[in-house]
Amino acid sequence: MSRNPYVREIPKFRWFFRHPRYLRYMAREFTCIFIGAYTLLLVAGLSSLSQGPAAYQGFLDWLASPASIVFHVLAFGFSLYHSVTWFNLTPKALPVQRGEEFVPDSVISGAHYAGWGLLSLVVLVLAGAF
Amino acid sequence: MAQSNKPIVWGPFAAGGTITAFLTPVLILLTLLAALGHAPDLFAYGRMHAFAGHWLAKAAIAGTVFLSLWSTAHRLRITCYDLGVRADTLVAVIVYAGALAGTAASVLYLTRI
Repeated sequence: MSRNPYVREIPKFRWFFRHPRYLRYMAREFTCIFIGAYTLLLVAGLSSLSQGPAAYQGFLDWLASPASIVFHVLAFGFSLYHSVTWFNLTPKALPVQRGEEFVPDSVISGAHYAGWGLLSLVVLVLAGAF
Repeated sequence: MAQSNKPIVWGPFAAGGTITAFLTPVLILLTLLAALGHAPDLFAYGRMHAFAGHWLAKAAIAGTVFLSLWSTAHRLRITCYDLGVRADTLVAVIVYAGALAGTAASVLYLTRI
């Protein structure tokens, strides 16, 4: 004889509104939808690029549409949130020990922020955005 | 020793999370600038075709697409569980297969460039 296990009732969608911490967690997890959608947008761009100049021009025209610009603004915000949450976690994932002491968290995440800024600048310069 | 397939799934997720953290914001900024008509030759056909024609760029693009899609798939799987979907195996198969299909498509397009 075994008793039925106790299953606590959890509302499917409402639980993460109960505490700001849950909401921040869910916002972080939802960044993946925008990053994934943006990657698929790039794959669509690759597809058009492989089909010749006319198809690629069609892609560029779609890129300039209002829906695309709204999506870009949203995706930019969510991707920044992903980067910030990811780099803030780096001291937990990559703790560095020097002798007896651990390198301070701010140094590890700070190094990632600096690398991020530098890389972004290099990409913008190489692409000729300035 | 206990066997686990977690590192195989989690490794590309961590790598993808890192590469998207470093790269995705600036890429979105670039395509947004192109969409707004700033620096029109930024994404000119000849320029992009020449860039994506180099084998090193092809490898970098395919690798970035795979890692981005995989980390998206993994987070989506966890999020489905958080939203009360308990069919984890089915969800895992769907999202990881989707990531692999997207990668295969981009590799196919790259071979045609």
